[in-house]
Amino acid sequence: MSPETKTKIDTLVEQNKVMVFMKGTKLMPQCGFSNNVVQILNMLGAPYETLDVLADPEVRQGIKEYSNWPTIPQVYINGEFIGGSDILIKMYESGNLQETVEVALAS
Amino acid sequence: MISPDQVEAMIKSGLPDAEVAVQDLTGGGDHYQVAIVSSKFEGLSLVKRHQLVYKAVDTAMSSEAIHALSLETNTPSEVATNT
Repeated sequence: MSPETKTKIDTLVEQNKVMVFMKGTKLMPQCGFSNNVVQILNMLGAPYETLDVLADPEVRQGIKEYSNWPTIPQVYINGEFIGGSDILIKMYESGNLQETVEVALAS
Repeated sequence: MISPDQVEAMIKSGLPDAEVAVQDLTGGGDHYQVAIVSSKFEGLSLVKRHQLVYKAVDTAMSSEAIHALSLETNTPSEVATNT
């Protein structure tokens, strides 16, 4: 990963309380797993930012090294890597996600 | 493309005590759902648990032989509590 890509990811993760790296956009997810994440965050009604990795090959590769996580989507809350689609679904079902997002937004 | 048995073998190479149930979601051999029970998950967050599994299947993930891997990771004691 180039230093520029690392800085770009750092900035996105720091500046957005809830940041999602996904395939496609909020309105048009290009993958079922990315769509799961968007649907869950929409249900929470919390503000979140997304980046379409299909439009950014550097970030698409770089983000996998960044988090030591080989798949997309990836969700970051308050600067911390939270997980992908499976973990987000599980956290949503247990109520942990709502709590984590509320804490992040209040901080 | 990769067979369910290969997926199971790769996971067990990284997590020798694991009980592994592999399901091919599309029949295409590249979208898998895997349920794993291992004592190695004890005390680990979900992210750390999934990272352990990803590490075991690293070559198949990076060559994109596996396109998607949906994971359910539990410890033996969690399974005991849920049933």
